[in-house]
Amino acid sequence: MEAQNNEVLKRRQLLSSQIDLSKFNKDIFEKATDDEKRQQDVMGESTTFFKDGMRRLRKNPLAMGSIVVLVLILLTIIIAPMFCPYSYSQITNVGGRRDKSAANLGPMEYSQLETQYMEETGEKLFPHLLGTDSLGRDYFIRVIYGTRVSLSVGVVAAVMVLIIGLLYGSIAGYFGGTVDLIMMRIVDIIYSLPDMLIIILLSVVLNETLTPLLAGTALAKLGTNMISMFIVFALLYWVGMARLIRGQILTIKNNEYVLAARAIGTKDGRILRKHILPNCLSVIIITTALQVPSAIFTESYLSFLGLGVSAPLTSLGSLANDARGAMQSYPHRLVVPAIIICLIVLALNLLGDGLRDAFDSKLK
Amino acid sequence: MSEEKYLLEVEHLKQYFPVSQGFKKIPLKAVDDVSFAIRPGETLGLVGESGCGKTTVGRTLLRLYQPTAGRIVFDGDVLFDSDKGIDVDMLPYRKKMQMVFQDPYSSLNPRMTVEDIIGEPLDVHKLYSTKQERRDKILELMELVGLNAEHAMRYAHEFSGGQRQRIGIARALAVNPKFIVCDEPVSALDVSIQAQVVNMFEELQEKLGVAYLFIAHDLLVVHHISDRIAVMYLGHLMEIADADDLNDNPLHPYTLSLLSAVPIPDPKTARLSKRIILEGDVPSPLKMPTGCPFRTRCNYATDKCAEKMPELSDRGNGHYVACWNR
Repeated sequence: MEAQNNEVLKRRQLLSSQIDLSKFNKDIFEKATDDEKRQQDVMGESTTFFKDGMRRLRKNPLAMGSIVVLVLILLTIIIAPMFCPYSYSQITNVGGRRDKSAANLGPMEYSQLETQYMEETGEKLFPHLLGTDSLGRDYFIRVIYGTRVSLSVGVVAAVMVLIIGLLYGSIAGYFGGTVDLIMMRIVDIIYSLPDMLIIILLSVVLNETLTPLLAGTALAKLGTNMISMFIVFALLYWVGMARLIRGQILTIKNNEYVLAARAIGTKDGRILRKHILPNCLSVIIITTALQVPSAIFTESYLSFLGLGVSAPLTSLGSLANDARGAMQSYPHRLVVPAIIICLIVLALNLLGDGLRDAFDSKLK
Repeated sequence: MSEEKYLLEVEHLKQYFPVSQGFKKIPLKAVDDVSFAIRPGETLGLVGESGCGKTTVGRTLLRLYQPTAGRIVFDGDVLFDSDKGIDVDMLPYRKKMQMVFQDPYSSLNPRMTVEDIIGEPLDVHKLYSTKQERRDKILELMELVGLNAEHAMRYAHEFSGGQRQRIGIARALAVNPKFIVCDEPVSALDVSIQAQVVNMFEELQEKLGVAYLFIAHDLLVVHHISDRIAVMYLGHLMEIADADDLNDNPLHPYTLSLLSAVPIPDPKTARLSKRIILEGDVPSPLKMPTGCPFRTRCNYATDKCAEKMPELSDRGNGHYVACWNR
């Protein structure tokens, strides 16, 4: 057989790029060792879906920059209150005395009383990094607490939206048919309500009903406004998430691996958990990441309208609202919270985009 | 049919899917009155063109679809009988009947490792007592289908088509089934890999004594692996016979034209052979012709064909044909 092959090879065609074996001496070839054979193994290092996505995320400078910004903001709002001696609700005290002259200070300024005190005792007082507000409260610590409130509203709202949307959407998508039809019509109804109107109405109504309910509980500290805001988000914004997840599940459940799982006898719950949800995880992560800034945004303008958290607690939106009156005299009081809102929203949006690029298999 | 012991018997199986046209719902007759039987350890090949209901037959057998009518008997147990209203819980039977899918790319979950894919049937049917036992079983299965045990922790997308199909086969074998529906398991693979996989199916059958319903549209592959072959057209069974018998002595006009379309490797013989080219298109399954569905394209069609669908009739030697004229 081999001899025959060689015969054929000699009579090769003019333009053929076939190698003429007769020109080679068999002795000059040597056998590949096992080690060399292993080198031919084309399989790369095994990567998981998560590792693969993180690798791509690390290559995205915008997303990494956003993560750095967010981490810095987080660290600041966690650490700053620990060493800053002022409180967000207290008017500045000097040596136990209320300092009436401390109102409306500019950044890094000391009030008369404070300067006096420092000269008398030789003690150095902590500077007002961003000055004080019209009531003499340290503005830096108020911005820190405002950021805390805004971020936690954003994150809690996104998590609530995720939980409700995920449960609702996966049930509607997976069971389909009439179940899906009814559940999605409910979604359509909620979707068609003008959401700003509902938010404003709900926060007014909830405010009154919640106050007696919460009195004396740990939640009262948060303020009824904040809690009514959470409820509003949970009631209204899950519909988008539910629709999205339903759509994802509708496409994924027609895959053959779901059919294979059914042929094995896998129960519905396990199919959802093991086969369907992991495959729409990327979409879930991305939408949740993008939900946070939108919640922060809504919270900010609700606060701006005076429907946000109740005083003395503050949020970035209400800080901006308070600063509006004295905008020309003390522009930094408006600029600082506005910049922080922008930074957070921009960073989260860019991070969400980066996550989509990294984890969405369709964009690979 | 005869008194012989069959592993699987299917009688008058019908599978209609409702299709809505405007406000009306009309049935799409994907499988219409199909009857056949499979002996233990036997391979029945099922051929037919795309859209003729081969896959639906396979899936309905495993009760992945709810059959419209008919009777399915597996290993002496009636799984479904529309006349007597029998409709058993399939979970215990999922251990005995399994399926290998056509597309090795979409039939494996991209988020699961090979170990978890093959281990899933073990988990679902609780076929192990310790983690170590689970792992040993998985490695044993991987070895059985010719996969390297080192690859257990890898994801399906890291494998080639042939290897993926082996993973799918290992998953089907995990529960030690008596019967596997192979739904075009080789048609998505290239030819050299097809041969490997087909040979592996044969070796596994010898080792494990499992019966196959081998669905394919490549007649050469089917002839190679099957003991008997059934030919389908538009949801109807046209002919069923021993593989060699069908190849040498086809009776149904549709089988004749299918066989004439098989490529012949030797150009000299190929030039001499005459292809039977069918005229027209396959009718829509929503608007089936009356009587025999093949009559619109058949060279032998007569008035009788338009009146009534012929029953499968025995032409001796276990060769059944549904045709009035041949």
